[in-house]
Amino acid sequence: MSPEQAQTIFEDTRQRFAGAADDTRLLQYLVDIQHRYHFIPPPAIEALQQILHLTRAQIESVIDFYSFLHSDQAIRYRILFSNNITDRWAGSAAMMQRLTVALHGCEDAGIALTACSGLCDQGPSMLINGRAIGRLTPSRIDDIAALILSGVELEDWPESLFMIDNVIQRSDRQLALSCQPAAALRRAIELGPDLILQTLNESGLRGRGGAGFATATKWSLCRQASADQRFIVCNADEGEPGTFKDRLLLAQYADSVIEGMTIAALTVSARRGFIYLRGEYRFLLEPLQADLQRRREQGLLGSAILGQAGFDFDIEIHLGAGAYICGEESALIESLEGKRGIPRIRPPFPVTHGYLGQPTIVNNVETLFSVERILQKGAKWFSEIGTEQSRSSRLISISGDCEEPGVYEYPFGVSLRQIVQDCGGSDAQAVQMAGAAGTTVLARDFDRCLSFEDLATGGSFMVIGKQRSLLDMLQNFAWFFRHESCGFCTPCRIGNHLLPELLQRFAEAQATGHDLRQLKDIAETMHRSSFCGLGSSAPTALSDALEQSPEIFTAGMASSSDNPAFDLSAATREYRTITETESW
Amino acid sequence: MAHKLKIASTSLAGCFGCHMSLLDCDEKIIELLQQVELSRSPLCDIKQVADCDIGIIEGAVANSENVEVIRQFRAQCKTLVVLGACALNGGIPALRNQYSLAECLQESYIDGMGLENQLIPQDEDLPEILDQVYPVQQLVKVDYALPGCPPRADMIWQCLSALVAGQQPELSSELIRYD
Repeated sequence: MSPEQAQTIFEDTRQRFAGAADDTRLLQYLVDIQHRYHFIPPPAIEALQQILHLTRAQIESVIDFYSFLHSDQAIRYRILFSNNITDRWAGSAAMMQRLTVALHGCEDAGIALTACSGLCDQGPSMLINGRAIGRLTPSRIDDIAALILSGVELEDWPESLFMIDNVIQRSDRQLALSCQPAAALRRAIELGPDLILQTLNESGLRGRGGAGFATATKWSLCRQASADQRFIVCNADEGEPGTFKDRLLLAQYADSVIEGMTIAALTVSARRGFIYLRGEYRFLLEPLQADLQRRREQGLLGSAILGQAGFDFDIEIHLGAGAYICGEESALIESLEGKRGIPRIRPPFPVTHGYLGQPTIVNNVETLFSVERILQKGAKWFSEIGTEQSRSSRLISISGDCEEPGVYEYPFGVSLRQIVQDCGGSDAQAVQMAGAAGTTVLARDFDRCLSFEDLATGGSFMVIGKQRSLLDMLQNFAWFFRHESCGFCTPCRIGNHLLPELLQRFAEAQATGHDLRQLKDIAETMHRSSFCGLGSSAPTALSDALEQSPEIFTAGMASSSDNPAFDLSAATREYRTITETESW
Repeated sequence: MAHKLKIASTSLAGCFGCHMSLLDCDEKIIELLQQVELSRSPLCDIKQVADCDIGIIEGAVANSENVEVIRQFRAQCKTLVVLGACALNGGIPALRNQYSLAECLQESYIDGMGLENQLIPQDEDLPEILDQVYPVQQLVKVDYALPGCPPRADMIWQCLSALVAGQQPELSSELIRYD
């Protein structure tokens, strides 16, 4: 980079962000810079240092944390293949190989892997400079290679490449109901905060992110906390491998979700809200911004909403940048504040000490969607289906080895057998519930049912066909967590680092009794002593397999020895190669 | 006189600091030596490990000779104790794991400052260097591990005297606390 270019970048960055410089927007600035220059150039970092009064280390630590930010060099086409297990089953490795061969020697392109990009129902998929492409086939790969080799700007690529399907395979009462903008909001204004909370309480709505905390309780706690300001956050960092129902809601039911946030704001007197949108869903950014703008023009956002003096609320969209941990609510808030997404010590919980230390409601996209449904149709309408502890219905994202992948809405209490049958997964040996951090349910247990009482899920439902290797799936999850551990606590950082190599020994049929014990000990330590849910739930599928399918491990053992497997000749191969080829 | 316990010790890729810390037991060493007999150890001049009750390992595993030694120790010692950060986690020697072996050799023998007759050593009498530096427990089962760089003399003493007395060593949190 010449001094002139560096100067231009420096000035340009300063001018664009100096106006209302705000260090909580640091991540947003970096996302913007990455997009503009295909990397974060050093002069841009210098400019940010100057206008935000931050040190270089502070800025670089943030860049370092997020997978989609790069400070190494400008790469015009950054391609990331989704490495979720469903993408792999759909043949992503062959697609990646094909593109790598086609682009051999091309310096404009970089190819790597990323975590699940949320297109599991239309994999294999990839991201190119953050834009998602699904349904990859050899011919589409060839088209992509040709566009890159002839240097066509991404903006000029055919739109058909970027088409994302939002497939609803089964709707029940919630998806079937259309959104009538403002209907639920008007009802909420009539009711007022106390009755809104009572309605939510009667509806039995529990958070759809996975933990299932009662929404009315969360909102009440936030309302009761004394503070100058309160915030509403919509957690659209849908990162759990195999989940994509929030993508559908944000694409087709955005009005309901935004209205749910507005009702939350009315209830707790919040004036600002955020949608934390995962970087992989950048293609939803402009449509969502258009929705927000339209609602402002309709008087449904902004000041004096629906003519109610003092009811002021607006929403900003924050983009994530490829960090699974940011789906955890306290990490998400750190990220919203422009920092590395490291979970906070809880308690205090975000509901009393959240964004900028103020009471903050963080709800899943689907929870906010359901709030709008409930206010529109009433608590009784919502709660009359489902089970005792899990009222109504929920959305699940079905992918993997089934004929009809897509989003399904089911009343709670439905059996796994029914779901697997409906989606055409007749050959399933098991289902992976709730993503990589979730539990593996073998076919013999398909009478178990979807509910908080039995099998909870954040929405992911991956069908595992008979032809698949469970060990292969565990390895995929282990690599995923090794990459996604934020590194803050030792059990998670070290545990997730050790598991892939241990599992590899079983895959190579080299493992020993010692290795099997190690697997169990590490999983146990991580479950018991990790700092946050990522570490404690990362080995769930592994523990399930150790308990339910011990045969996959015994098949990978060379001996029952107390000593670990160690291949001396493999460990000295590199040295022999170096010394043999040495010329003297 | 009762049967004396036999103890062996060795240092692999380490700095002998853990053995120095053992010597820091000062006069207690005499008390210990009255109850034990030494096999292979840097403290005496016995080259090969014999059947032992307790084996003590300092240092990480970095070459093929280390692998051979550690396997012998495991085969011949009833109880194996690893001493210090290198044996336990790889420690300082494992810092090279962030570079490839080729880079390490290039820097050490070819590009480094002040080198003459640059040459990567290779001889059948020299051990082969491993691709990475490994902690001991990645090669053999370890019975007890004493953390620290080096572990404190009183910790080593407490562990060894318990083992010699036929008891399970227990270390108070005060002994293994470093912050």
